[in-house]
Amino acid sequence: MRTLKLNPVYRLQWEPVQHAHVLLYPEGMVKLNESAGEILKRCDGTRDLETLIDELEKAFDVRDLGHDIRSFIAHAEERGWLEPTT
Amino acid sequence: MSDASAIAPPLWLLAELTYRCPLHCAFCYNPVDYAHHNSELTTEEWLDVFRQARALGAAQLGFSGGEPLLRDDLEVLVGEARKLGFYTNLITSGIGLTDARLAALKAAGLDHIQLSFQDSTKELNDFLSSTRTFDLKHRVAKSIKQHGFPMVLNCVLHRYNLPHVDKIIDMALEMGAEYLELANTQYYGWAYENRAQLMPTAEQLRDAEAVVERYRDEIGSRCKIYFVVPDYFEKRPKRCMNGWGSVFIAVAPDGAALPCHAARSLPGFKFPSVKEVPMRAIWYESDAFNRFRGVEWMKEPCRSCEEKTTDMGGCRCQAYQMTGDAANADPVCDKSPMHDKVISVVRRAASRPESDEHPIVFRSDANSRLLSERIAKQKTTG
Repeated sequence: MRTLKLNPVYRLQWEPVQHAHVLLYPEGMVKLNESAGEILKRCDGTRDLETLIDELEKAFDVRDLGHDIRSFIAHAEERGWLEPTT
Repeated sequence: MSDASAIAPPLWLLAELTYRCPLHCAFCYNPVDYAHHNSELTTEEWLDVFRQARALGAAQLGFSGGEPLLRDDLEVLVGEARKLGFYTNLITSGIGLTDARLAALKAAGLDHIQLSFQDSTKELNDFLSSTRTFDLKHRVAKSIKQHGFPMVLNCVLHRYNLPHVDKIIDMALEMGAEYLELANTQYYGWAYENRAQLMPTAEQLRDAEAVVERYRDEIGSRCKIYFVVPDYFEKRPKRCMNGWGSVFIAVAPDGAALPCHAARSLPGFKFPSVKEVPMRAIWYESDAFNRFRGVEWMKEPCRSCEEKTTDMGGCRCQAYQMTGDAANADPVCDKSPMHDKVISVVRRAASRPESDEHPIVFRSDANSRLLSERIAKQKTTG
């Protein structure tokens, strides 16, 4: 299964003043909510979707995150935030 | 609105490193009297500005001008800005962007390059910039991609090149640009001087927008096309700078801090200098940044308008240029009692009377000095 990786046009970083992760790109910025930040910071090319879900469920001690994470990943792909599937 | 706790931090810093430029574009937004503001901050002064702005919360940093490559400390500035955590954007004509400098900028951590073109044809590109730069820009575009930078191609649109929009998009695709910014001329600075020549017709705009739509459907996510509409043709004003003192701070070459890069044309302001006032005080406490912040300053028809928080009253520079008072509603709004002034400019562009035929005023030091004298005279005669 393919690993999830941020599109290199985007840079993800923590902004202390905004208390949020942001995605920076040419002349633009998207402020992410907490869960979006937690998901995207793990899209570093080392995990596939199932591993990511598993890890987040463990990290936050919650079950059934699969649906929400899948729909966010679909949204992120649509916005071009992730490297396209080849 | 002087309560600092109600003011959001700045997110965008535009560093106008110099007003010097090898190009002479007829639509440049730099102040027409730039020749009178020819001092420049030192490397250390710029670095201090970056550190302060970053601490306030700014995350995007644009290196602009003039032509920022004319500063030979650009690589040092980019390197430090990148270390501070800024997303670094170079906004350039491409003149002077050699392979050696591209490699040095890449090593310094530059994130992205915005390259300007004036048209898809050599003739018009070179005419409008009053230079021979078209072929050079093509070579630079290729090098930018070879060095692995994301690239935004920027082309300012007006009546001369609107019919070439399809060719301009083809050019962007061929160059592998990730973004194409088709920016209809905004009438400030030199563009305002040349408004009668540059103003398109409504028909030209409709045709160009249709072309852009067709391409967007065809090319998908390969290249994102922004089409910045010319607000003279609208009934509601743009939310200029996302609101005065809301996210944006520009620092001019000489250190003047501006709430908008065109604000220098507004009378009755003393823009604070970063050499004298800390950035925090400039952003939160200065008269210049508080004057039009929020909605409290508004007059009618904005004051009682239910859309006032949508467009924030539009553009202060346009209000001043066309109504004589920067606190008036932007006359682009059809609720403004002076909206007819905008309509008459648009109508005049469509009919093109011969009396409007006069030469284009190119951006140059000589023309800037002439225009400065005119502005000084206007100020003394009231």
